[in-house]
Amino acid sequence: MCLAIPVKVVSIEGNEAEAEIGGVKRRVSIVLTPEVKLGDYVLLHTGYAIGVVDEAEAEETLKLLEEIVSLSEVH
Amino acid sequence: MKFIDEYQDSKLAKGLARRIAGRSTKPVRLMEFCGGHTHAILRYGIRQLVPKTVEMRSGPGCPVCVTATADLDKSIALAHLPEVIITTFGDMMRVPGSYSSLQQAKAEGADIRIVYSTTDAVEIAKANPKKSVIFIGIGFETTAPTIAASIIKAQQEKIENFQVLSLNKLTPPVMKALLGLGEVKLDGIICPGHVSVIIGSYPYKFIPQNYGVACVISGFEPLDILLCIDKLVEQFENGQPRVEIAYLRGVKPEGNRKALQLMEEVFETGEANWRGIGIVPQSGLKIKRKYECFDAEKAFSGLLRFARNDKPVREPKECRCGDVIRGAATPLECKLFRRVCTPESPVGPCMVSSEGACAAYYQFCG
Repeated sequence: MCLAIPVKVVSIEGNEAEAEIGGVKRRVSIVLTPEVKLGDYVLLHTGYAIGVVDEAEAEETLKLLEEIVSLSEVH
Repeated sequence: MKFIDEYQDSKLAKGLARRIAGRSTKPVRLMEFCGGHTHAILRYGIRQLVPKTVEMRSGPGCPVCVTATADLDKSIALAHLPEVIITTFGDMMRVPGSYSSLQQAKAEGADIRIVYSTTDAVEIAKANPKKSVIFIGIGFETTAPTIAASIIKAQQEKIENFQVLSLNKLTPPVMKALLGLGEVKLDGIICPGHVSVIIGSYPYKFIPQNYGVACVISGFEPLDILLCIDKLVEQFENGQPRVEIAYLRGVKPEGNRKALQLMEEVFETGEANWRGIGIVPQSGLKIKRKYECFDAEKAFSGLLRFARNDKPVREPKECRCGDVIRGAATPLECKLFRRVCTPESPVGPCMVSSEGACAAYYQFCG
């Protein structure tokens, strides 16, 4: 029920956007995320973008994970 | 797919599992609140990856599962009213009520349509101006703003034949209720990722403060969940429980302000009836008076009483969904599991819903 998947916003028109995932496009309501910009990834839940993915944080987390794992290999 | 594949890397997963094993010195019991987490944990074999000291329980985070039989009966009664179209998320169709299900009602001629989004329900209302189109509003804070948005849209566009049966529920109040029961002693909670996209991290603060239980918000990919478990074990071992976000690409401490504002505009909190738990104060969302013409409960109150004919609520015999929802039993402890209760012929909602713990155990365990 609380499933949400990251989709890329490829066009915006008023309260709606077109988003793409795996080559498939669909219309998404952006009333809950008015700050969204072209090219952003949003979390899509039941036809609504409920949040904008923070790409910088996404990279930070991956870096952190790689650090953790390389440390655990050393010890 | 971006933001998914990177978080499924098996080498990193094994590394994280090693780190958790290195940290964990004493038994720790964690609960994943969210049904989406239950499925991911079982699908990716995370219980087998973590050390034996880490015990994991599933919680009440499946909206279909926690919908009380009495509320299901109400939905089914609404479906049988004349000139009504019921719109609902698909998972609700097969959940058995006391005497019937929405699926059975549809077979008997009721007009019930599965929708993917509340926007679809509003469109159906627009296309059928002579009928009442009722959306069965289930879900937690993730879904509630989308329902609020649909009510606001219906008001703006004067779509007066759109109504919502609001069965929406709130996460922190039920966590409080479960911790207050004290039936299952917990050391940490894997907090729901997409609920937290909306509410942020602040509403969980009372949990470490009042109950000494660690709280970490997690995403839904295997690395997200392992990172969350790592942080929970770290907090537990240090004896310093607090609220942390392990899903920073999605969750901000303050949540989604716009979504919260829409929820606040349309809903007020009230009691809600949870399967297996009962009435929990301030854990449900009721439609505010200024939007009451969109409230199915108010619009159909008289007809509903007539349609239900005061038949008593009946719970399925021997079904342990209630215990499973509270984390007091695993599906494997239910006598009906796999023998009588299967996804093809479910007895309780936890076997019906794609997020239910029983469905997850059925699919991934044994």
